[in-house]
Amino acid sequence: MSRISGILWSLLFLAVPVLGVATFAVAPAIDVWLPPDVSAHGAAIDGLFYFILALTGVVFVATEVLLFWFLWKYDAANGSRPATYIHGSHSLEVVWTIIPAATLLFLAIYQMNTWADVKMRRPAMAPSVEVVARQFEWRLRYPGRDGTLGTPDDLFLVNDLHVPVDEDFLVQLKSMDVLHSFFLPNLRIKQDAVPGMKIPVWFKATQTGQFDIVCAELCGWGHYKMKGRVTVESRADFDRWLESQYARQEATQPEADPTAAVARTE
Amino acid sequence: MSIASTPSTLQHEPTVATHAASAPHHAGFLSTYVFSKDHKVIGLQFLFSTLVWFLIGGLLALAVRWQIAWPWSDVPVLGKLFAQEGGQMAPEFYTMLFTMHATVMIFLVIIPILAGAFGNFLIPLMIGADDMAFPTLNMLSYWFMWPAFIAFGASFFVEGGAASSGWTSYPTLSTNIASSPGGGWGQTLWLLGLTMVGVSSMLGSVNYMTTIILMRAPGMTMFRLPMTIWAMFITAVLQAFALPVLTAAGFMQLADRTLGTGFFSPEGNIVNNWMQATGGGQPLLWQHLFWFYSHPAVYIMILPAMGMVSDILTTFARKPLFGYRPMVYSIAGIAGLGFIVWGHHMFMSGMNPALGITFMVSTMMIALPSAVKTFNWLGTVWGGRIQFTTAMLFALSFVSMFIIGGLSGIFMAATPVDIFIHDTYFIVAHFHYVLFAGTAMGVFAGIYYWFPKMFGRTMNEFWGKVHFFLTFVFMNGTFFTMHILGAVGFPRRLADAYHYETFHHLQPLNAFMTWCAIGMVATQAIFAANFFWSMFFGPVAGRNPWRANTLEWTAPSPPGHGNFDFQPVVHRGPYEYSVPGVEKDHLMQTDPPNATAAALAAAH
Repeated sequence: MSRISGILWSLLFLAVPVLGVATFAVAPAIDVWLPPDVSAHGAAIDGLFYFILALTGVVFVATEVLLFWFLWKYDAANGSRPATYIHGSHSLEVVWTIIPAATLLFLAIYQMNTWADVKMRRPAMAPSVEVVARQFEWRLRYPGRDGTLGTPDDLFLVNDLHVPVDEDFLVQLKSMDVLHSFFLPNLRIKQDAVPGMKIPVWFKATQTGQFDIVCAELCGWGHYKMKGRVTVESRADFDRWLESQYARQEATQPEADPTAAVARTE
Repeated sequence: MSIASTPSTLQHEPTVATHAASAPHHAGFLSTYVFSKDHKVIGLQFLFSTLVWFLIGGLLALAVRWQIAWPWSDVPVLGKLFAQEGGQMAPEFYTMLFTMHATVMIFLVIIPILAGAFGNFLIPLMIGADDMAFPTLNMLSYWFMWPAFIAFGASFFVEGGAASSGWTSYPTLSTNIASSPGGGWGQTLWLLGLTMVGVSSMLGSVNYMTTIILMRAPGMTMFRLPMTIWAMFITAVLQAFALPVLTAAGFMQLADRTLGTGFFSPEGNIVNNWMQATGGGQPLLWQHLFWFYSHPAVYIMILPAMGMVSDILTTFARKPLFGYRPMVYSIAGIAGLGFIVWGHHMFMSGMNPALGITFMVSTMMIALPSAVKTFNWLGTVWGGRIQFTTAMLFALSFVSMFIIGGLSGIFMAATPVDIFIHDTYFIVAHFHYVLFAGTAMGVFAGIYYWFPKMFGRTMNEFWGKVHFFLTFVFMNGTFFTMHILGAVGFPRRLADAYHYETFHHLQPLNAFMTWCAIGMVATQAIFAANFFWSMFFGPVAGRNPWRANTLEWTAPSPPGHGNFDFQPVVHRGPYEYSVPGVEKDHLMQTDPPNATAAALAAAH
């Protein structure tokens, strides 16, 4: 086998880390990257993403370049030196077991707090809205003027979630039929909705604007179009919007009957 | 003089015994090639069947990719066969496509090609046995695949089409018969097919364990087993312990669908106006049971490839495996930890988030044995005399790609990051790097490497390298880009995501990936042509074309019924390459021990 072919094959393996890093370097520039984060907890998630990216990036480049270098150097066509007769190295095994173990353990402990913030430390407040997922829409139920969910003056909407900026917002997530997943890419929120369960989801939006609500758990043929929008707005705008919705609902539905609204499936 | 080469020269001389052992014992065509109890024939039956399904699964993937790249545009070829409204794909057809792509690839390709094809063919040959412990069970393990082939295949043609609730088949989408068009016959057939695959795997599993424990050749201690056999052994243990859970869960889901039980449906669950007769069940119960099998199954789908790649690397680096025992222990570690990480599939499922933390820690820790294996592979290549054969290139690409697949797993294991990338293309990238860029490369390496033993001829090296090069390039073009799609949050399983503001600009990138996928599938035509041409016209291989050490290379190529023309006696481990002072650069496991001693003495 000629030396040239060994060189070319090694270079093919060198292309892996080179193009790999290049892809991740170019991606943000062509806007194929994390969507803008508008949540209070998102920075911690993105920070962890970048931290792991850096860590794995270093390991990726180091191991792939080593592989390339070994292929280049220890090509049988490169000189007549015999292969090294060695069965392993106890000290190397210890080193490359303990260092990754310590790193992984650190990573495990380091992230716990973020996870607890997003999924375990629920703010002490009444639910701001109830989201009930069904094939293929998001049904929303806001407390009425009395501020309490489950009373006859509740407000019913579909797919049009409004959220006040810079305030804790607590969603009570349910599903009517199959699994769904409440995914707000810009708010770094994802939570499956499970029939028979009531799952709390909370976040604090930090910027105003309109963003996507995506269903991220396969829920049937119309999964792809189970689309909602979340509008983050100032407290004043939010109150104004809420007021207009109350007025609209009261005009069309003088005798508020929430159960009728929920049960009205075609 | 060359002491070491003498015994192997002797082995290469066909003897009268060879002839007797190769004779088919006056068996008819049916019992020799169809209902054969010979492990090699069964292995090849598995190989041919799974390669056919590999093609089907690949075409399903192309159809999926077509819809993602050019949603609602007419599908070439397939459009005329299946779709409604001209050649355009219906969204329910799309859900069916990705469900069956995964199902076919996992249950009809990867698991049976590793355990069924390579496990069957290699285990007796590499441990020096004349056949499996239970030849009839072995034959049944292949024939139980046929009900599965028929169930999965037929499901495309029943009313409403094949299963469409994902290969994970999560209730209540999967249990409620009204949730998919046509009453969901496809889903019922899917469950039956899955059960049959399970029966087949279980029959194989008990057979492999028994054979490896009881039927090793004299001198073949457990710690002289090649890594392939260690991997097959631990895989068999995993299957034996995990499969019953999936089978039970499958029957429960079948009962929910057909008998009106409610294991997985809460009280009064209504989907599409159809109410499950009984309730009181829990959708999450299925997820726990399913992943209790299917996470170990992830290792069932990679460990044998790791074993095969370890053997191939040593052969073509002409060097002992670096860290044999750490390699064995890390496989065992992966298998052990593999049973306590299933919950990492369920971080977003509604499972108690505190429980998520324990699964996160165990998942982080399972990255460790994988890292140890990778470092040892690098150590094996280091200081070798590398021969860039096609088999070696595929084995090296396994290592290179497994690094990517292993590292990307850490992102999902980190629970807070998983909140964002769960069920996006990031996870799709991750498991395709492990299962296609990893396992499938290992499988190709194995085919090129053991082809001479299977058919007595070697495959064409030039076209093998063309096949490798194009597959390698197209594969990375398809799958590496999925990482950055995942970074945008691009969700999997959406028939059309471009109407979302967040994802509307990603169509050109997806079109690029689809072109790469088309190239990747087309490239396999080179492989198929090379495979069948070489079977009949390739250069005759001889017993040991790669000058490898393990026992299968002492048998004739292809081995006759009963495998060996002499009783192999093992004197050393499988990786004695480039032993100093030995003239030829390898010592087979059967080479007599005085060869080593005399050689070492001569060296001093």
